[in-house]
Amino acid sequence: MRVIKNFVKQVRRNKILLLMLLPAIAYVIVFSYIPMGGIIVAFKRFSFSKGFLGSPWCGLENFRFLFISDKLWPLMRNTLLYNAAFITVGMVMEVGFAIIINELGSKWFKKVFQSFMFLPFFISWVVVIAIVDAIFGYDSGIINQVLQSLGLEKFNIYVNAAPWPFLLVFFKAWKQTGYGSIVYLAAISGMDQEIVDAAEIDGANIWQRIRYITIPSLKPTIIIMMLLAIGNIFRGDFGMFYQLIGNNSVLLEVGDILDLYIYRAMVSSSNLGMASAAGFYQSILCFFTIIAANWMVKKYDPDYSLF
Amino acid sequence: MKKVEKMQKSRKRGIRMSSDRVAFNVMGYLLVLLFGLACLIPFYLIFISSFASESALLRDGYQMIPSEFSLESYRWVFRNPTRILYSYRNTIFVTVTGTCLSIVLATMTGYVLSRKDFPWRNAFALFFFFTTLFSGGMVPWYILCTKYLGFKNNYLGMIMPMAFSVWNMIISKNFMKSIPFDIVESAKMDGANDFWIYVRLMMPLSKPLLATLGLFSALGYWNDWYNSMLFITNKDMQSLQYFLQEMLSSIEALKQLVAKGEMNAVMYETVPQAGMKMAMTCVVTGPIIFLYPVIQRHFVKGLTVGAVKG
Repeated sequence: MRVIKNFVKQVRRNKILLLMLLPAIAYVIVFSYIPMGGIIVAFKRFSFSKGFLGSPWCGLENFRFLFISDKLWPLMRNTLLYNAAFITVGMVMEVGFAIIINELGSKWFKKVFQSFMFLPFFISWVVVIAIVDAIFGYDSGIINQVLQSLGLEKFNIYVNAAPWPFLLVFFKAWKQTGYGSIVYLAAISGMDQEIVDAAEIDGANIWQRIRYITIPSLKPTIIIMMLLAIGNIFRGDFGMFYQLIGNNSVLLEVGDILDLYIYRAMVSSSNLGMASAAGFYQSILCFFTIIAANWMVKKYDPDYSLF
Repeated sequence: MKKVEKMQKSRKRGIRMSSDRVAFNVMGYLLVLLFGLACLIPFYLIFISSFASESALLRDGYQMIPSEFSLESYRWVFRNPTRILYSYRNTIFVTVTGTCLSIVLATMTGYVLSRKDFPWRNAFALFFFFTTLFSGGMVPWYILCTKYLGFKNNYLGMIMPMAFSVWNMIISKNFMKSIPFDIVESAKMDGANDFWIYVRLMMPLSKPLLATLGLFSALGYWNDWYNSMLFITNKDMQSLQYFLQEMLSSIEALKQLVAKGEMNAVMYETVPQAGMKMAMTCVVTGPIIFLYPVIQRHFVKGLTVGAVKG
């Protein structure tokens, strides 16, 4: 009785704060928690007219289809490997450029080139299509013009899958590096300058200073950014893959990822249940990777963990 | 101490650089130069090619300096500007509404969770944070939006999906935690209610936060094509980016845009595709690039506003 009374008193005292939380709570329930419940679609023979609850159950049939189709494994592997490449290359470039920019002397040079490097972050992947077209396009792309003027054969990038893994990694880094390096630059500027000066007096050269002072001081930031990225390692960058790979069946051989597959299954609408099963599978994978990654970091040093 | 000062001075003047410094600088300037140019040149190429004449593009392809300048691409783009204008209107409307909504949601929620005297703040924080760890996936969400919420051909379909972000809420929470709590307490003492404190005290004190959140969400809404692709089939309601995507990925769509109504075979063939693609891209990206210097300054400042850790 006392507990309830206290609770009511608490609610009354905080009623304005609770009311202020209400919109966000409603939002999260509608757009996150209800879809979580909507996972039941994965266990149903879903039809649009019957909806979430009305569609008939079908047990694990959708999952059986998914696993039998032999598609899941290559999709998972692609998603994982692309993300691993993005994370590694991205990390090296972001940290690298942050360190370099921090050490360079010329203020105007840093300012101008940093804003150039930041530019790709501001455009959508749609605009990148135009860029790919201008550089690699078959008819008028710069590269093919050069090849032609050298008397070489033109190269049609839209029917050759081989260069795409590199292109995807390149464009991802191209778009993210300028923005990503800001985080590390901020961390570097928070570094204790006295240690750096002391090391210099003791005769440490610039490589040693970077190796033994700058990089170790960036470690917490690196670990947190890494953790965030690894938690999503089974979730591909849909925007990028959809715009650059899209429905091109040749390119899909090297560039198909879970998200693209789910999207295709969803819009073709042939089997929403199976699409949902694939999505559920992906969510489970993501959930366990982030929990595992966080657990490992926590074991190593609790200060670095995410939660 | 003297040695330090001397060194700092010499570092500033750039005299007596040690060999490792020289090597680092050569490498550093070179790398930054190369990557910076790699980031800039594609934009320059698109921009300059949009002013090239179609015959030059057909003959020599895209060039750093086109052999012949002309405004014909833009003339074709604006020959029938209704859809461009509609898309502009849609994107501006969605960006403005969505940005306001997302700022209010993120800061209001963040404010409540930052209040040290709010008894259930950890439970609610977990309630929100859990959605970033686990999700039902795209399919149930899509079914919900189309079948139950009626987002098909509805502006809500472009606004709501990005209206609340847990990360923005966490950033807001962390920012407001750094504002001394005494301010809130003394305001309460003076009889201000909690909402009033949020509006009249926290908001004015959180200007850097508002700028950051505003810019992030505005950019997200402006660049959004995904929700338009999922929910909008009515061409008059499409967002600018989706419109651009349609034009870039299908030459037929490009031709239809200009030849609508006055189709005749000759004209249909003379549509300058190569130039138009570039001109369209410039028309769509233009506003961001113009605002870029302003935006960028705030971004760099704002990125460090609230650490990510929950």
